[in-house]
Amino acid sequence: MLDTRTATLRIVYLARLREALGRHGEDWAPAASGETTVAAIIDTLRERGGAWSLELGPGRAVRVAVNHEMATPATVVRAGDEVALFPPVTGG
Amino acid sequence: MSVRVQEAPFDIGAEIDRIRAGDARIGAIATFVGTVRDVNDAASVSSMVLEHYPGMTERALEAIVDDAKSRWAILDARVVHRIGPLAPTDAIVLVAVASAHRQDAFAACEFIMDYLKTRAPFWKKERTPAGERWVDAHRSDEDAAARWSTAPD
Repeated sequence: MLDTRTATLRIVYLARLREALGRHGEDWAPAASGETTVAAIIDTLRERGGAWSLELGPGRAVRVAVNHEMATPATVVRAGDEVALFPPVTGG
Repeated sequence: MSVRVQEAPFDIGAEIDRIRAGDARIGAIATFVGTVRDVNDAASVSSMVLEHYPGMTERALEAIVDDAKSRWAILDARVVHRIGPLAPTDAIVLVAVASAHRQDAFAACEFIMDYLKTRAPFWKKERTPAGERWVDAHRSDEDAAARWSTAPD
């Protein structure tokens, strides 16, 4: 069983978001319940202000993958998960 | 491997030869090659860098190929996508699909590209006279992918 006091999930920032936010990623401690949602994480990040509120704010398209699968705001995440935030993709 | 992500250029002829070899059921191979243009959104582009999300990229591409295989009678399907620095005229992506008859290969090839454009985690950063810039996603790509959401005939 995970120790929820210290267990974290990993947030990864990619492409334009990585540059605008100035970091590749960070460790994140979910609430005491041990789980949270994609939407709750983004809401908390936005409260940091500056580039965070701009890049993750209303009208900005942010895509999310959890453990390498596309996710939605309602997706539940737990310690040990990898949550990636990135702009709409532009490959091909 | 049905999908590959690599910095090195790919050899289209060699890819087609590998698909043909040893499968006499194949009667059609449709290919798509995407290349780097020297202009985008009204600015000249001297070079670009393609970034991806290691770990997710191959998985996303394989899921798209699997989806295509469930929709059409495909005998083989391959995707090769390049990453790293690229220059105008360079090939970025190859999709090759083999089937017994051409209709399945044509349709699946187009489907794979439409889904790749909206679901595979790649990002382009262009170098223009005004500096570097991340390429914006196009609404038309979302529309192109959305038209496959109804089942094929």
